[in-house]
Amino acid sequence: MEVEVEMEISMERLLEYPFDANEILKKKKRIKKELLQKENLLQKKIAILGGSTTSEIKDILELFLLHYGIRSTFYESEFGQFWQDAMFDNAELDTFAPDLIYIHTSNRNILQYPSLSAAESEVNDLLETESERFCSMWDRLKEKYACPIIQNNFELPAYRLLGNREASDIHGRIYFLNCLNMKFYEYARTHEDLYINDIQYLSASYGLEQWSDPLFWHMYKYSLCLPAIPYLALNVANIIKAIYGKNKKALVLDLDNTLWGGVIGDDGTEGIAIGHETSMGQVYSEFQEYLKSCKEMGIMLNVDSKNEEENVLAGLNHPEGTLRPEDFIVIKANWEPKDRNFTAISEELNILPESMVFIDDNPAEREIVRAQIPGVSVPELDRVEDYIRVIDRSGFFEVTELSEDDFKRNSMYRENAKRKQQQKSFSDYGEYLRSLEMKAVIRDFDTIYLPRIAQLTNKSNQFNLTTKRLSEAEIESLVKKEEYIRLYGKLSDKFGDNGVVTVVIGRQEEELLHIELWLMSCRVLKRGMEDAMLDELVKQSKARKIKRLKGYYYKTAKNAMVKEFYGSMGFEKISENSAGDSEWILELDGYRNRNQVIGMIN
Amino acid sequence: MTRKEILEELNQVFIEVFDDDTIMVTEETTAEDIEDWDSLMHISLVNAVEDAFDLKFDMKDIVSWKNVGEMVDVIEREL
Repeated sequence: MEVEVEMEISMERLLEYPFDANEILKKKKRIKKELLQKENLLQKKIAILGGSTTSEIKDILELFLLHYGIRSTFYESEFGQFWQDAMFDNAELDTFAPDLIYIHTSNRNILQYPSLSAAESEVNDLLETESERFCSMWDRLKEKYACPIIQNNFELPAYRLLGNREASDIHGRIYFLNCLNMKFYEYARTHEDLYINDIQYLSASYGLEQWSDPLFWHMYKYSLCLPAIPYLALNVANIIKAIYGKNKKALVLDLDNTLWGGVIGDDGTEGIAIGHETSMGQVYSEFQEYLKSCKEMGIMLNVDSKNEEENVLAGLNHPEGTLRPEDFIVIKANWEPKDRNFTAISEELNILPESMVFIDDNPAEREIVRAQIPGVSVPELDRVEDYIRVIDRSGFFEVTELSEDDFKRNSMYRENAKRKQQQKSFSDYGEYLRSLEMKAVIRDFDTIYLPRIAQLTNKSNQFNLTTKRLSEAEIESLVKKEEYIRLYGKLSDKFGDNGVVTVVIGRQEEELLHIELWLMSCRVLKRGMEDAMLDELVKQSKARKIKRLKGYYYKTAKNAMVKEFYGSMGFEKISENSAGDSEWILELDGYRNRNQVIGMIN
Repeated sequence: MTRKEILEELNQVFIEVFDDDTIMVTEETTAEDIEDWDSLMHISLVNAVEDAFDLKFDMKDIVSWKNVGEMVDVIEREL
């Protein structure tokens, strides 16, 4: 039994970057068997529309998605029928009703390249025709299925007829494909829910010669070589997990030999390697600069180091260093086991360990954290010059959108730390809340906030009553429906603006309002925002002659915190089943406003 | 490597790819004899064999195989 457990762990770890692609291909059946044992998997239906064979891509993508906690069922187009499947009536695809569509095309699917004698206008016409073929397909898919679409761009061609001129001459294929890619990007920039899967970068990183090995096309009609498929599948899975809110949010970093070379306790501040004077210093500096960029993207940096705190601060204030103590949210520098510090950081940030990545050069420390903290990501780091590549390619923080909120996240968490400080100086919690001078905006969905609202429905796990995941397109369709009351709430206080932090969606059925979704970001927990939301919900319900609200709690592995939420809000429990799901009713007659600490802005 | 050794190592690859440890291939084994051995699994199999023996097959070899023995012929030649 013992042996079996060990083997199971190693099966899933085969999927962690850097991986052995052939091992994954060879053992895919066993890996799948093991991953299907995982619990609390998110169910998704994925349509793969291919311009070449997609069978192995589907199999391996399924593994990476399971690894990310997503169990998928697939629709695969008949060989090469991606365009026909999208453009013509397709009962099978309609019945399947995809949650997401992946269009796997390659430069093998270009219908016509310009001839060598083509005039510039002809080249432009061909570009227009080819890009229109794709744009009209995306338009149609969005209209029909209202779901996210992932689209490959084009990899570079396998040969260069014009040699180096192929890229600059308007008759060259490289020129043509690059122009076409630019048109794809423009569509992605100007339309919601179209995501580019950058196989041009992937194939370059893999090695174009191997990637485009013609044997695989001529033998099996694969547009890429078989051993490249795990890299492709990981890349697609990263986009999908990001769409469904499964990105990592924080890095927990070791210091000695991770952020700088040497051991600061032994070598002293002068003795550690950091800065551009030496090769070893430079490689650590480049890593610190990378982490600083991660922080700007909204990733929270934290320290978990076996050190004296004063040494740590001296190291982070090193004149040649890039990262400073204020770049970190939580710094744990002590002699406690690393996994214990890790858990403490997770609790202080109020985010789950599975949203955090542990970075340490020491294999023993990595093993402890991996063994003690289920779900945590711990990449294998051997050589300092590879740190950036391994973290980057793992796709922990895949960006599917860059919201204002992401840029602000770090300062918001730091503001929260200040609020906690202030809290200590008040004996009465209500007095503390009033001292924050909170202001809220609660309104019907605004177009500009749809991306943030979609992000919240996909990311929030803990304070989420029904865990209903909605894509931006689905939310947009709700906005048009009369029977819905939709509310988002923004909260600010004297320390800063938290942005949109809570969403409620109710569906009216005559005199009853079904609360289909109620969620809140944990960073505004216990601030009275839920009271303000209920007040507004009741006000709008009464205006619609609604007499009672019905709340639903659907139990998941992560939302135990809100099990009794409706009870605490004055609802009465009317049923509870053996799975732990419950239903609650609030009669609106005689409802008294609950909020007393937040000022409303209208 | 003798033909027998090649066949033994091949058998290991078959067991892993088809995830079935009852498989016993001989020189006469063909796709008909193994339930899951369809054209899609064939691709995985060829890739796994290349990986196990650290060699690359030519297209003309792959298209000519009629049974496991002919695969062994090519491996023997390439090693």
